[in-house]
Amino acid sequence: MTTYYSEEHEWISTEGETGTIGITEYAQNALGDIVFVEVPEVGNNYDKGDEIAVVESVKAASEIYTPVGGEVVAINENLESDPALVNAHPETDGWFYKISLSDKDELDELMDAAAYKAYIDGLE
Amino acid sequence: MRYLPLSPTDRTEMLEKIGVTEINDLFSDVPTTALLKDHVDLPGHMPEMAVDREFRAMAEKNMPAGSVAFFCGAGAYRHYVPSTVDHLIQRGEFLTAYTPYQPEISQGTLQALYEFQTQVAQITGMEVSNASMYDGSTACGEAVLMARRASRKKKAILSGSLHPQYIEVTRCATKFTEDITLINPPSVYLVDDLIDQIDEETSCVVVQNPDFFGNIQDYTKLAEALHAQKALLVVVVTEVVSLGAVRSPGAMGADIVVAEGQSIGNGLTFGGPYVGLLATRQKLVRTMPGRVCGETVDADGKRGFVLTLSTREQHIRREKATSNICTNAGLCTLAFTIHMTLLGEKGFRHLARLNHAKAVQLADKISGIDGVEVLNKNFFNEFTVALPMDAAEAIERLADMKILGGVPLSRLYPNDPDMKNRLLVAVTETVTEEDMDRLVCALKELVK
Amino acid sequence: MMNKQGRPTDINTAANLSPGGVTTHTGNRGLEQDELLIYEIGDTQRTGVDLEDLPVFESRLGGITRDNEIGLAGLSEPEVMRHYTRLSRKNYAIDMGLYPLGSCTMKHNPRINEKVARLPGLADIHPLQPISTVQGALDLMDRLAHWLKTLTGMPAVAMSPKAGAHGELCGLMAIRSALDKRGENRTIVLAPESAHGTNPATAALCGYKVKSIPANKAGRVDLPALKAALGPDVAAIMLTNPNTCGLFERDIIEIADAVHAAGGYFYCDGANFNAIVGKVRPGDLGVDAMHINLHKTFSTPHGGGGPGAGPVVLSEALAPFAPVPYVIHGKDGFEMVEHVTGGAESFGRMTAFHGQMGMNIRALAFMMSHGSDGLARVAEDSVLNANYVMASLQDIMTLSFEGPCMHECLFDDRFLEGTGVTTLDFAKAMIDEGYHPMTMYFPLVVNGAMLIEPTESESKQSVDQFIGALRHLVTQAKLGNSALFTGAPYLAPLKRLDETLAARNPVLRWRKTD
Repeated sequence: MTTYYSEEHEWISTEGETGTIGITEYAQNALGDIVFVEVPEVGNNYDKGDEIAVVESVKAASEIYTPVGGEVVAINENLESDPALVNAHPETDGWFYKISLSDKDELDELMDAAAYKAYIDGLE
Repeated sequence: MRYLPLSPTDRTEMLEKIGVTEINDLFSDVPTTALLKDHVDLPGHMPEMAVDREFRAMAEKNMPAGSVAFFCGAGAYRHYVPSTVDHLIQRGEFLTAYTPYQPEISQGTLQALYEFQTQVAQITGMEVSNASMYDGSTACGEAVLMARRASRKKKAILSGSLHPQYIEVTRCATKFTEDITLINPPSVYLVDDLIDQIDEETSCVVVQNPDFFGNIQDYTKLAEALHAQKALLVVVVTEVVSLGAVRSPGAMGADIVVAEGQSIGNGLTFGGPYVGLLATRQKLVRTMPGRVCGETVDADGKRGFVLTLSTREQHIRREKATSNICTNAGLCTLAFTIHMTLLGEKGFRHLARLNHAKAVQLADKISGIDGVEVLNKNFFNEFTVALPMDAAEAIERLADMKILGGVPLSRLYPNDPDMKNRLLVAVTETVTEEDMDRLVCALKELVK
Repeated sequence: MMNKQGRPTDINTAANLSPGGVTTHTGNRGLEQDELLIYEIGDTQRTGVDLEDLPVFESRLGGITRDNEIGLAGLSEPEVMRHYTRLSRKNYAIDMGLYPLGSCTMKHNPRINEKVARLPGLADIHPLQPISTVQGALDLMDRLAHWLKTLTGMPAVAMSPKAGAHGELCGLMAIRSALDKRGENRTIVLAPESAHGTNPATAALCGYKVKSIPANKAGRVDLPALKAALGPDVAAIMLTNPNTCGLFERDIIEIADAVHAAGGYFYCDGANFNAIVGKVRPGDLGVDAMHINLHKTFSTPHGGGGPGAGPVVLSEALAPFAPVPYVIHGKDGFEMVEHVTGGAESFGRMTAFHGQMGMNIRALAFMMSHGSDGLARVAEDSVLNANYVMASLQDIMTLSFEGPCMHECLFDDRFLEGTGVTTLDFAKAMIDEGYHPMTMYFPLVVNGAMLIEPTESESKQSVDQFIGALRHLVTQAKLGNSALFTGAPYLAPLKRLDETLAARNPVLRWRKTD
């Protein structure tokens, strides 16, 4: 299992052809208390960069653009009753959706853990 | 000038503090060609007494409903509003308060909204309601857009017996959006006819109960047919008092109920401001337009109320908002809440039955006139009458006799020959037997 | 315990303590009285209304009746009076104090307006009674239309929109109709980054995509960026002037000319008209359509959130597309055009009936009371008050853009850096000082925005007191007294409310618990 990161603060954890996607610790901290997550529908297809989810805090709504393209194969059903999971465990239990990758080469455009850490250090 | 507190001395001191010599220095960014040298060509300021006189003169040129025998309805109804309502809404803390974005100092407004939302959910038979919209007609347009979001389909079917102005407003609201609206003529309104029109692209069917012509139907079968196609039933109610006696839209399986709340707490006021109601199922709450109030606690654990689910709204979601709506009906909403509380369960049901009883009384009397026919099989407090003459003309002649006898359908259907001789007659609790007899007498004379 | 946004998340047991440390049995604190919901006080049996007895009659409801209990709570009249009186006392209001809310124009609501709006001849008339019986009402609408057109220098006005946002929709629909008639399929609307949220929301309802134009260092629309964005695909620009930073767009005429040259239209958001009413006519600036918020510039009451009214003045080019209904001068008096007939190009009907007559009455009473001289003074005094506030605070608060400002001034949160106090915290502390907070976090073009609009209704004493309070708070923040802010408000009827809880678990109505 390998994890990659995007500049928009999403992480994707791949196992074979499937990737699990969520937002990073940095993102959840910036957004504040998450009150609702609008997840995609299972079975829908998306291209890399398409708007795929929306994260709502009390005073803001942020669109999430999928870091890789493919078909959505699962969504995190726990988010509906407990959106606070995203704040508490953003990079594990707070995952948003699983996607069947259409083009594994898209992963090359993302950062690894070290590069992402350098990236966010540069932002502060 | 009585509303402007700054004195010449104040102005001088303030200009000095700012560091300019005259007021127009503060308008230095305005292009010189655009800054007016003289006052615009309108009258100068007036004492309050003179303003009062001007408005009385305009008011005198109108025929108020309370001074005549009155039977007009067609989406706006004359009910008696208890004096308490107006006294309470004129309290400065309600009248001059802003939108409750700072909940700690707006609990008056917010708690009243929470009570309002509960009342609306209850009378419509639905799970939740928003904090009101401009009026019933714009709420109807918004319901169609909401049905599209909820069903992810685009075709809305409008019953032919919807209030014709509601149809026009919905047509306008969907003119430049992705929605397709199928608008039926007045003859297509029966449940079975509407069921025939449903297909897999249907987002919703919009019906009215009682409908524009006064007819009442049970829409349960229509709801079932729509749900089988994963589409929604939208029910419009233009006379909310009917909900005290007629089966609720919620009980029939409605998914969205929109209504005109004006009958409760608000007078006729020549068409506005009114109160739009919108109620729906809990699961559709995030697709709902408009402001909504919710319960929470403060830092000490005390119960309080706040505006919530704001991320649907324009000030946060901007172009992705569920609507562009920024206000609600505010004070009119409060008037509705107070009147409804004064009525309570007992009063509301009694009011409804009284309206219906009087309407039945008048319908019977009118049916006794030769040449005049009441067209409805069933009705609540409004029915359609067919005259042997032009209804608009009849209404003018009745007005001369100090009777506002109803709304001629040609006013709303100017090009439909079937409507020329038809009149919509409404009867509320404000109508006396003497009023009824005057109308009947006058009609008898007219149709002779 | 506070969450990241400074909102309480931990429920401590309610401390029944007043600031003076006295506990009471009722939970009331002198004149401050708590109040339960009508559903917790009332019941389904009580009523505060007497109605005549039902006559004997045969139901004509067709059997489609409501027989189950609705569950409405009822109270007697004295109980209703007390309930809502107590609730009212938990509200801040203009009658009580200054609202420095930028872009809201919280001016005094004159009571003659309320009196004339209640004259039976104006209040007790039905929208569909014969036109011959409502000539006074049509006269009133016609007069208001005349005042609006004259003040704005525009030839036409649509009176039916029910609120400012509704008016924006009206203006954009007229623009889209005009372009459709030309056969041009333009898909973009330009709006500044600082635009109010209703602007892009409205554009989306007309099928347009919004493209943002950045502001320049002076806080105004970046003219070169605007010109670069113009093209055959741009239907319109939506501008507020003065803009949402409280600044007059100096290049406005050049902007209008550029937009027109590119074949587009100029929509003006009239929310800030109070700064220029009677001094500048938007028609002279090249505006094609502008909504006017009667509840802002023309004093109709905010009523806790509404009702509003948003008539839209229109240029010659857009006038033909105005919605129905509208009032015209007929042979024998006033008439109303209610249907789109023949070759008429109106885009349709935006509301049932005729619009917000109740607000029209109040707005006209305000206009007539002030007259053309008084209205010019309204603009001058509102601009004077705002600049005075700006001059009195700019040494200790960070002004976002160089002045002079118009009727509102914009500060940002740079002056709070290092204090541990956010704009939100600062605003909540204002409540303890007896003020409703100013507009916060809007416009989005600066960090932690604080937009202050005193209006012309404030006396110098009132403004001086306000300035004094803010100066005190800034000093406290800089002294490191952050607890004064992060736990505020301490003295309001309720402390800070948990908005996260309300959004995560929406409870939107009372329910009977068995």
